[in-house]
Amino acid sequence: MSATIFRFLDRVGLEAFAPVVKLIQGEDVALQMRRIAVNFGAPLLTFLLFLGAWSFASSHIMTKYGHLPSPGDVVTQAGVLWEAHVEGVRAEKAFYEAQETKIAELTAAAKIFSERGQADKAARMEELAREAKQAKFSASPSYVTQILTSLKTVFAGFIVASLIAIPIGVLCGTSPVVQAGLNPLIQIFKPVSPLAWLPIVMICVGALYTTRPEEAWFEKSFLSSALTVALCSLWPTLANTALGVASIEKDHLNVARVLKLDTWTRVRKIIIPSALPMIFAGLRISLGVGWMVLIAAEMLAQNPGLGKFVWDMFQNGSSQTLAQIMVAVFTIGIIGMGLDRIMIILQRSVSYASVSR
Amino acid sequence: MAILEMKSVSKWFGSGSSQTEVLRSVDLSLEEGEFVAIVGFSGSGKSTLMNLLAGLLSPDRGEVLFKGQKNPEPGPDRGIVFQNYSLLPWLSVYENVRLGVDQVFAQRPSAERHEMVLRYVEMVSLTPALQKKPGELSGGMRQRVSLARTLAMSPDVLLLDEPLGALDALTRAVLQDEIARIWAAERKTVLLITNDVDEALLLADRIIPLKPGPSATLGTEFPVTLERPRNRGALNHDASFKTLRNDIVGYLNRVRHERDVHEQREAGPKRELPQLQPLDLRHA
Repeated sequence: MSATIFRFLDRVGLEAFAPVVKLIQGEDVALQMRRIAVNFGAPLLTFLLFLGAWSFASSHIMTKYGHLPSPGDVVTQAGVLWEAHVEGVRAEKAFYEAQETKIAELTAAAKIFSERGQADKAARMEELAREAKQAKFSASPSYVTQILTSLKTVFAGFIVASLIAIPIGVLCGTSPVVQAGLNPLIQIFKPVSPLAWLPIVMICVGALYTTRPEEAWFEKSFLSSALTVALCSLWPTLANTALGVASIEKDHLNVARVLKLDTWTRVRKIIIPSALPMIFAGLRISLGVGWMVLIAAEMLAQNPGLGKFVWDMFQNGSSQTLAQIMVAVFTIGIIGMGLDRIMIILQRSVSYASVSR
Repeated sequence: MAILEMKSVSKWFGSGSSQTEVLRSVDLSLEEGEFVAIVGFSGSGKSTLMNLLAGLLSPDRGEVLFKGQKNPEPGPDRGIVFQNYSLLPWLSVYENVRLGVDQVFAQRPSAERHEMVLRYVEMVSLTPALQKKPGELSGGMRQRVSLARTLAMSPDVLLLDEPLGALDALTRAVLQDEIARIWAAERKTVLLITNDVDEALLLADRIIPLKPGPSATLGTEFPVTLERPRNRGALNHDASFKTLRNDIVGYLNRVRHERDVHEQREAGPKRELPQLQPLDLRHA
């Protein structure tokens, strides 16, 4: 039972909680208390120190919009943003409810008119109903909507990047010729900043995006953000996959040779599973890079998402919006940490026991 | 007719000035159903010999013949049990064995293949560990999985590359008996490479010493005519066993000594260096 708990904690990267479990089980209380003090006391202390320094700074730094927001201001603004979101959701719901009612009334009226034989009036009512149906609730997206947009975009870009990077990485790892051929390109493109990719991506998307907006699967802004994320985040996965595949144990390849596995089976049964831990390590870095790139891309391109929110608040320029930017900073950080945790869990779930013989 | 042959095979690694010859004109012939052991010191090119027979390496001079075919590609018909097990760590015991069975008996129905896997895992007494990953097994258990995987492919020739080298004495004895039993039951052609003369005597029909490398080559062979089944305890008191054992060990030590003498002569007289300790003058 307890072994299962410890394995679980290890898998999800919450080893810090292991002493708590041991304490509950009453195992070596003094030692566990010491460990808990280290695992939780130290972070808590640091956090308090950080808050103290921040409060001090906020009361002493005077910006042109007033004092630098204090931790309290930031919490208040987080609440304000949340309430605005709740209010927005309520307003949207009310809008569509009103729309429903209006359509129902108009249709009913049309029915009555057609029963009375006033076809022209009935047609007019039906047209009004159609128009009412087309009306969309429009309001500037709330903070939560911006978060969801960003998450959707980063995952889309990340998936595109993985779909490109893993196969190419496998090719690079298995064939020295491909590796030698692609290496210069990889080395040149890898260090390119997202801000340099962005204009190119936007122009290309603009040129190729010929579908009419109402028929398109994706919005233009979504595509350009996601593709920028993909372009910047595919390199770590590519490099790691290539390394993982190239460093596969020779014995395992010998097994494949003795079994006369065909290429596809060899890739599927030997190469990919063997390189999987490395691939996931790469994916983890990629997702982290992608998240950072996305915020920058959204800021620069004014594409919907957290980045745009930060930029808009900066343009608003008030003490309140400065606090909202800080809320965004914490949100970005916490979400980034969450994404990393998810990747850690995935990474650990695919890593086989290190004893590979 | 010999099933697996080596005809004056030489193998070297590296190129240019760093080239070293590992094997020099090795001749070897395995008859069908025979159990042959090759004994030699570590680092004498035993694994290279095995890889050549399995087709994982190709000879630089001479040729390997398998059923008359020249320098054949590796295949499941020459089942090799690697010295370091070479199990796939992300697959369970069952899956490791199943991988080979699926490959060799692809045309048989799935249920039958499943039965085969179970039978061979049972043969090496690992049924309780069927769903375990290699990382959760002890060295001896992993070795047995490796053996089961190879046996399940029903190879014509079984190549055992120091299969018991990394095991403790007790597990080793158990597996030796297991190999003897399997050989008696299935009558495969077996080539066992080992550094343990007792092991070779217990199992083999012929013992061929490998003279130590570089440029290793096979020495005079010793036929083992001891009655089968051989009992480890009884053998220790068998006079012909003792004589044979002493002969082989004596032979191995002699060839090693010759090699050492030869190497010393090659290296020239040793230069005596004065025993001096440098003084630390930094703090003077």
